[in-house]
Amino acid sequence: MKLGRSQSQLAFWFLMPAAVVLIAVVAYPFLFNVYVSLTNWNMYHFRDPQLKGFMHYARIFTEPDFYHIFGKTIAWTVINLIFHFTLGLGAALLLNRKLPGRNVYRALLILPWAVPQYISALTWRGMFNVEYGAVNQLLTSVGLHPVSWFASESAAFSAAVITNIWLGFPFIMVIALGGLQSIPRELYEAARIDGAGPVKRFFSITLPMLKPVLLPALVLGTIWTFNNLNVIWLVTDQGLPADKSHILVTYVYKAAFFYYRYGYAAAFSVFIFLVLVVIVRGYDRVSRQEAY
Amino acid sequence: MARPGRIKSIWGMVWVHALVWLLVLFALFPVIQVFGISLRPGDQLYSTHLEIIPQGATLDAYRIMFTEKPFFLWLRNSAIVSLGTALIGVALASLGGFALSRYRFKARGAALQGILMTQMFPATMLLLPLYLMMRKFHLVDTLGGVMIAYVATALPFCIWTMKGYYDTIPVDLNEAALIDGCSPLQAFARVTLPLSAPALVITALFSFMTGWSEFMVARVMLTSRELMTLPLGLESLFTTYQTEWANYAAGSLLVSVPVVVLFLVLNRFLISGLTLGSVKG
Repeated sequence: MKLGRSQSQLAFWFLMPAAVVLIAVVAYPFLFNVYVSLTNWNMYHFRDPQLKGFMHYARIFTEPDFYHIFGKTIAWTVINLIFHFTLGLGAALLLNRKLPGRNVYRALLILPWAVPQYISALTWRGMFNVEYGAVNQLLTSVGLHPVSWFASESAAFSAAVITNIWLGFPFIMVIALGGLQSIPRELYEAARIDGAGPVKRFFSITLPMLKPVLLPALVLGTIWTFNNLNVIWLVTDQGLPADKSHILVTYVYKAAFFYYRYGYAAAFSVFIFLVLVVIVRGYDRVSRQEAY
Repeated sequence: MARPGRIKSIWGMVWVHALVWLLVLFALFPVIQVFGISLRPGDQLYSTHLEIIPQGATLDAYRIMFTEKPFFLWLRNSAIVSLGTALIGVALASLGGFALSRYRFKARGAALQGILMTQMFPATMLLLPLYLMMRKFHLVDTLGGVMIAYVATALPFCIWTMKGYYDTIPVDLNEAALIDGCSPLQAFARVTLPLSAPALVITALFSFMTGWSEFMVARVMLTSRELMTLPLGLESLFTTYQTEWANYAAGSLLVSVPVVVLFLVLNRFLISGLTLGSVKG
């Protein structure tokens, strides 16, 4: 194809406006943050931060709570993704049938995604209230004991997980519905003639055909869940009970904006970034291997 | 012969409906709760009953939101920020996504990786450098300042969505326009862009939602009361949660209804426009 100008030049002009914004607002602050992570910038050295090398990075790994919080962040991500994908995919499969009223159902199931996240999180916090919260009222009305949701680490963690499952499954449902619509019917017909049951059809047709849409969703979902500040922060009211319900990002947020440990928090966030890079690389490798 | 998608037995039908209803209940439960609470009269804020419409239901909380709280001011600020974010976001993402989908240039792989990487860094830690930078440019405590931050937040996902959608449109159409004498920009604007309506809608919706529901950045950047956006306004009721539960509930419904309506109207586009492209391009 002959074009007046080279492809690179054209691409440059198309991409430039977006690149300028992303470089100024994301890349530059990111690099600045890496610099801060190497300094002793905090409350006591607010005006005269000095370069201190990898001091903060060394401190991360000697922090007594670090391994616990790290493990919990992984658990948080894995549990949420499992539920998002099973519920989202399940809902998509149900709604992909010829079901009376399926448009209404679909609209209703999108609601959790449509409501602004901070509103959902604050609302669920209210619903987990020990005395007046709807969740405990529901539990007692079916004869179970009420739970003090913010009195123990595991209960607070569960409350945040329930909230986030609620928030996240519609996104996967919408993605999967889009993918399901593009699967040719003939494939199912052929499989049926070959005598494949519904389970077999799901694993040998539906799931492989959905892979191109589900894999990017899985990568994004992992990153978003791992980095989800809003839900833990707002549902557990800044880490109730007593800073015990933190995952990595909320821990960092508290260190930076409540304890003013800028250098330390910056080092921690570089660490979070590196962990995610490794995870995404892993996905990439798996998907590439399967392609052959 | 039964076709796929048709449910064979009555029992199968019952099962499917039961499962769907279970999910719908889960999705609706909090919404119904908030609706009920927004109707509660002052003396029943701490009711321990589960009924949806409380006894002595009243619209008082809504009246208070409209007349005693600066709700319309918050609404105006949020509308400016969200519409601005959507406009700029769509413009930048539709152009940038096109370059990534159609042209093969050296830095393409790096650009795609870079866009994904922006998502991996904990956004909250960009806040401090961003704040210092905005202060230098006198953008702290301006709606324009938060708008820039929101565009940058929404942009990676939007570029990705646009790129993924362009990938599904045959290249030939664009090339035919070029051969007919259109400039690359004309070919893009007249041929490819109109075909990308579903993705444009998603991009606009996503950018709008970013502005409409963002809380943490706004909290740091906006300090004047006249510039408070809806999330800040609602949270100001929430700090005195104990006394303003009903107002908060009414406020959150007022904030959510427009975006929920948007979502429902655009439902059709959501499913066709969100192809998400492929990670590696």
